[in-house]
Amino acid sequence: MGGSWRQSPLTGVGVLFGVTLAGLLLLPFFALAISTPASDLLEGATHPLFASALFLSLRTTLTSLSLTVVLGTPLAWWLASSSSKTARVTEALMGLPIVIPPAVVGVALLQTFGREGLLGPALGSVGIALPFTEISVVLAQIVVSAPFFIQAGASAFREVRPEMLIVAGTLGGSPPVAFLRVALPIALPGLLVGASLAWARALGEFGATLLFAGNMPGRTQTMPLAIFYALESDVRLAIVFSLVLAAVGILLLVTLRFFPALSNFMRGGNA
Amino acid sequence: MTSWQVMVRARRGELDLDVAFEGDAQPIALVGPNGSGKTSVLRAIAGVFALRDARITVGDTILEDTSSGVRVPIEERRIGYVPQGFALFPHLTVLENVEFGLSTGKNRLPPAERSRRALQMLSDLNCASLARRSVEHLSGGEKQRIALARSLVLEPGLLLLDEPLAALDATLRRTLRKFLAERLRIFRGPSITVTHDVRDVAALGAQVVALENGRVVQQGPLSLIQQRPANEFLAEFVGAD
Repeated sequence: MGGSWRQSPLTGVGVLFGVTLAGLLLLPFFALAISTPASDLLEGATHPLFASALFLSLRTTLTSLSLTVVLGTPLAWWLASSSSKTARVTEALMGLPIVIPPAVVGVALLQTFGREGLLGPALGSVGIALPFTEISVVLAQIVVSAPFFIQAGASAFREVRPEMLIVAGTLGGSPPVAFLRVALPIALPGLLVGASLAWARALGEFGATLLFAGNMPGRTQTMPLAIFYALESDVRLAIVFSLVLAAVGILLLVTLRFFPALSNFMRGGNA
Repeated sequence: MTSWQVMVRARRGELDLDVAFEGDAQPIALVGPNGSGKTSVLRAIAGVFALRDARITVGDTILEDTSSGVRVPIEERRIGYVPQGFALFPHLTVLENVEFGLSTGKNRLPPAERSRRALQMLSDLNCASLARRSVEHLSGGEKQRIALARSLVLEPGLLLLDEPLAALDATLRRTLRKFLAERLRIFRGPSITVTHDVRDVAALGAQVVALENGRVVQQGPLSLIQQRPANEFLAEFVGAD
């Protein structure tokens, strides 16, 4: 890995193209970072909208992430270990929310859980109305973010060779022991990457949430929705909120980048 | 002297497995062309998959008997299994790999005793110095020893080795063949070794069981195969024309 063994195809035009795109990707974040004096930061952070949106975002994304991990790990394991046609079809279908626009996901959720939706009347008859509640925020986050965890999890579990589980069995490990002590630790780095991506996606979720859960401060207004809301009244506030989300994203990126080295170090893999 | 017998009928994908053979403490070499069912036989004995019709016994223990509905689960069979490529647990150190079998199920021991036994086994196999190492950077020969230590530490009733020398280069193979033969003699329990190399059979002093298309086509001492190989594969295998 690494090194420059490839003959570089980058001549003048290529370099220009590459630099242009890289600049386009990075420039907005630079502009965002320099656009706010420190005094505004403090003002934004003490704004009543800020705390409620931040805590709602943290609460809902941690809930959706927990549910995604708990429900998604067995699914990812099955996708990785089954060679059946059903598994392949399921795996392809699990990618749907990645390629379908979030706004469409929002409408689809309304058509499922809305009052007039597929399950709406049944839920309504027992007194449950999901749309425009905190639960609907979590549901929207799960639908858009779980595919990232499932896909990363399935590839992580594919790293576990079946012989390892057979050996664990012959060594006295029951199937749950073999899973917990062999398959899970081997797949753990990949699962963590998947969980991080899913969390990042849930934290940034906007379209499906707006349509399915609305934009109600204190109830369904997560950070991205608060940015949208603040933009109409006070740009500086929107910038502060954006900076916080950007900082979380950068932190996540750095962690993911250095995670392999870190985990290797922690299990003494340098010997 | 431990006697054992294996009778297995099962369907594995394209392969229709129907074999019966038995043995005692003398090592068995399981030979045959690719796809003849060697690995499937080992896995059937280990209890990896369901069998249509089977009777597997080791000593006085019935591991599987479909006629009376007996099926001991894989984790209680006391079968040692060293698969191709060894399948060491990459997230554990050498010592933790060897301790694994002493840390779960019926063989579970207190941690101190676990370490003591695993270290003893490692030093029996001349690799105590590797104990704290990660298994990922071991040489092929070291991996083979660790995999062997990991199964032998449980004193299995039957040891199954799937091409234990295949992944090694020629020079190393010669050294490790001798080592393996010596270890199997010390182990004294029965063993079944899948091999593609007639020199392994000779070094282990093994009885040959030859498979083709999921059936046993010939069994007996190497001299018998050399005199009257039952098919072309075996003629090639023993180097006869």
